[in-house]
Amino acid sequence: MTVMRYAEALNAALREEMQRDPSVFLFGEDIGRYGGVFKVSKGLRDEFGDARVRDTPISEQALTAMAVTAAMSGTRPVLEIMYADFLPLSLDALINQASVFTYLWEGQVDIPFVLRTQGGGGVGTGAQHAKSLDAMVCHIPGIKVVAPATPADAKGLLKSAIRDRQPVVFLEHKLLYNTRGEVPDGDEVLVPIGKAKTVVEGKHVSIFASSKMVIEAENAAKLLAKDGIEAEVIDLRTLRPLDLDAIRGSIAKTNHAVVVNEGWTFCGYASELSATIMEHCFDDLDAPVARVAMPDMAIPYSEPLEMAVLPNAVKIAAAAKKALA
Amino acid sequence: MINAPSTDELKDIHHKMVVTRELEEVLGTYAKEGKTRGPIHRCDGQEAVGVAACAALRADDYVCTTHRGHHVYVGKGLTTRGIVAEIFGRETGYCKGRGGHMLLGDVKTGMLGGNAIVGAGIPAATGMALSMQILKQDRVSMVVFGDGAAQTGICHEAMNMAGLWKLPVIFVLENNQYGLTVRQEVQSPVEDLSIRAAGYAMPGEIVDGNDAEAVYRAVAAAAERARRGDGPTLIEAKTYRVKGFSTSDMGGYQSEEEMAPWLDRDPIKLSAEKLSALVGADTVAAIEAAARAEVAQAFEVALSDPFPTFEIHAPSAAYSETK
Repeated sequence: MTVMRYAEALNAALREEMQRDPSVFLFGEDIGRYGGVFKVSKGLRDEFGDARVRDTPISEQALTAMAVTAAMSGTRPVLEIMYADFLPLSLDALINQASVFTYLWEGQVDIPFVLRTQGGGGVGTGAQHAKSLDAMVCHIPGIKVVAPATPADAKGLLKSAIRDRQPVVFLEHKLLYNTRGEVPDGDEVLVPIGKAKTVVEGKHVSIFASSKMVIEAENAAKLLAKDGIEAEVIDLRTLRPLDLDAIRGSIAKTNHAVVVNEGWTFCGYASELSATIMEHCFDDLDAPVARVAMPDMAIPYSEPLEMAVLPNAVKIAAAAKKALA
Repeated sequence: MINAPSTDELKDIHHKMVVTRELEEVLGTYAKEGKTRGPIHRCDGQEAVGVAACAALRADDYVCTTHRGHHVYVGKGLTTRGIVAEIFGRETGYCKGRGGHMLLGDVKTGMLGGNAIVGAGIPAATGMALSMQILKQDRVSMVVFGDGAAQTGICHEAMNMAGLWKLPVIFVLENNQYGLTVRQEVQSPVEDLSIRAAGYAMPGEIVDGNDAEAVYRAVAAAAERARRGDGPTLIEAKTYRVKGFSTSDMGGYQSEEEMAPWLDRDPIKLSAEKLSALVGADTVAAIEAAARAEVAQAFEVALSDPFPTFEIHAPSAAYSETK
């Protein structure tokens, strides 16, 4: 085990996969000479050259479309979209290109590319640089979506994503890059896509979260413990495909569910989770599923305003108590 | 002459142009009788662009096209039977009926797709060229796209990167004068879209899109440049869309006076004249008869082919939700 920051773990995954497979290349804004706005690609241009670690113009629409066809024709592109807020520019390529051709052409092509991006609020980046648009990419069939919360999962899942045959949207969080954690040593330690992880065991209520919301959920579990409530926290890690077995197993034990997502509430990722739980676990539920998500509004800038709208441990604990009431 | 097609190539181009025209005409008849599904976007009058441009490429080069790409399908060597079967939604079609006439793709022949999002082929071909450059291959990619697509934002983004990185891509702008039902001068402040090439540091040239040999020579030269590592080329092939936007187009905006000079310069007529001088009128007549017979045979076979059943086309590995 080595203690690493989340950003360093991602960097290690990129380096190892580029060393392992010469068809892997990185492109995106600021990723080359500068090493990425969050320093995820630091040092990689020096090691692999600017053909494989390529600074690009500010052209997200074409870049995403190019990642799709580069992936169809022999390479494994890893595209960095600097902010998740820019994902709407990528959506045409994801919805109308990436998600259709493997099926329409009946397996004639694989589309193995990774779109890395980061979202989330909490540091005053404002309404156009703080959103979590998980639901928007999770809506698309044929696209896998992962959202790791820890350095170990960041590394292991990014390696799996790069080796996957399908397009993977890899969602990071700007407040996680500097978090530290133990990362297993070794180039072949992969975390499988589609597997959730129980990070806190409990028997009264299940809290399902991903990315930075896992930390909030863990803190919520501590708050609830003070009142004698034993919350179970499940880190989904992969948003699509969902680990239904893990969800079913936990709810069978706790009979109560709180679903957390930093994105908007209406038609949001938490809504999908909630519907899925109703469909598959209704008989095990003693109370309606509780959603904790962003209110349906633009994220305001000023600190007290921004903090008021973001989901956090206190809101999650309150939702859990209400579900148990 | 440098980059000129051989006589055999000219014969093959002529054959494929006639196949394409015949395909469009028979499809038109079926559409009128209500026997086609969804719209058909015919490329009558534009055959020289798609067919001759593909003829100038190698078999392992990639090409992508638009919703109006039958000439590219035929040009890149797809079988008429497979195309017709796909258009009629049969199991024997190139995509077993999943794609339809606009979204047909065949990796074996390097035809990476029709595309019904206007402009999407431009970054698509650029992305393939990026792959070729990274893998240090000597292949090229080509996109045939329209004057309508030239007005999209991704056209600018993709051409900028292609020029910037000297990617081995050929941009064949098939200027058929219309985007949807709107004339080009109502969509662009410049008449010659090829002048935009200067902004991307690539050569831009205009060719007569109804002259197959001119299209071939321009694309062959561009392919040579691309393989040398000298980057992309923008070729604007001036042509004319004879049959409206699609089979559901009710018309009324293309006048006879506007169309007459283009019908006069029909690409198949021009090709037949040139080819007759080389191989004689009898040989040309035989090529055309063979092409028509090929299309008739393709319709006959394809229309008796089975329809797909949903069970085997249900969401497969492409939409895997397994762990």
